[in-house]
Amino acid sequence: MLRDDLYKDEAYAKAAYHDEEHGQAVRKTIFRVTMLLTAITIIEVMIGAFVKQYVGGVQEGYWSAVKWLFIGLTLVKAAYIILKFMHLGDENRDFRYMLLIPYLIFIVYLAAVLLIEGASVGRTLFGS
Amino acid sequence: MAGHANEVNAEEAWGGNGSPFRISYGKQYMWFFLMSDALTFGALLCAYGFFRHSTQSPWPVGEEVFNAMPFLGGGFPLLYVALMTFILIISSVTMVLAVEAGHRLDKKAVIKWMTLTVIGGVFFVGSQAWEWYHFIHGSHFGAYLTAEGWGTLVEFDAAKELAVFDFHHGQAPKGGAEGWALFEGNMAHIQGANLIQNEYAPLIPQFANLFFFITGFHGFHVLTGVVINLIILINTKKGVYDERGHFEMIEKVGLYWHFVDLVWVFVFTFFYLV
Repeated sequence: MLRDDLYKDEAYAKAAYHDEEHGQAVRKTIFRVTMLLTAITIIEVMIGAFVKQYVGGVQEGYWSAVKWLFIGLTLVKAAYIILKFMHLGDENRDFRYMLLIPYLIFIVYLAAVLLIEGASVGRTLFGS
Repeated sequence: MAGHANEVNAEEAWGGNGSPFRISYGKQYMWFFLMSDALTFGALLCAYGFFRHSTQSPWPVGEEVFNAMPFLGGGFPLLYVALMTFILIISSVTMVLAVEAGHRLDKKAVIKWMTLTVIGGVFFVGSQAWEWYHFIHGSHFGAYLTAEGWGTLVEFDAAKELAVFDFHHGQAPKGGAEGWALFEGNMAHIQGANLIQNEYAPLIPQFANLFFFITGFHGFHVLTGVVINLIILINTKKGVYDERGHFEMIEKVGLYWHFVDLVWVFVFTFFYLV
């Protein structure tokens, strides 16, 4: 017996076929994204290893800027992985937004609530 | 690559004979699963942020804690974890190349790239095992509670009365007579890490707990991914997908594998860099 998920969806799976010429373009994109991800990782590790967070036990004033730089670079990497490697950029627009928008709203909310609450709990429990 | 799907007319779609998203059932639900999994990881990392923001003692610095290499010892800040990250990125690349080969129905290339992906995954899991081993066993002498606070003993020779303490957070190490006096008067000793105490942050047991939980949960995902990739590789070799007429299974496991890489990008940033 044929499973319906196999034969009904065949059209969608087969719509993804491409020829060698198109394949070359795809591989070129993959190569470019690989180079970008590697470069960002190298930059991150260099900053992590050589820019000191603490000097003489005191946190440097520039550290919050470095922290945001790390977060920004991470989001760039994440965007390339999701849109290019996972091909979400090639999916149906409605599908893309249905996945991303609820997730982003929820996670930004959760992060904000937990970080603000964490600082508040710390002050309440340990003072300062 | 998807998205080449042809347009549908509304009547046909309302009849229930097609996906409103122009995507196959399996891929759509793989995405739904990944989104729920991403929420789990997001919640774990947010919990990490909660503890980090609530603690009053300084959080350990990534490059001071993770600075060892296998066989070479310490003094290599972040190099090992950078290598792990690179291995995972490359195995992600071989995975996406396998997906691309699948779109051309090139079975031989699919087998080649899938095999490399599995090897990369095994290397990553192995690296993580070493990282855990090193983390659990800790530094050579462990950390001591001295009159100056918790410090890691980096050099020690009882015969020469030599003890050098590293107080971390960019503070100069203390040796000589001062170091020996600190050692003589030590009040407590921790070596390595477990769920109750750890030498990297003696005042923050959550540091090791979160490390075990988050990297462990991620490592388990990688292990699962390797097993799934292996199953799909065997299926490809047996010709299951030739018979089916399309290699979409490669794309589905590829989504999972890329997701694992994606999570590591965030774990790497928040655990080792920030």
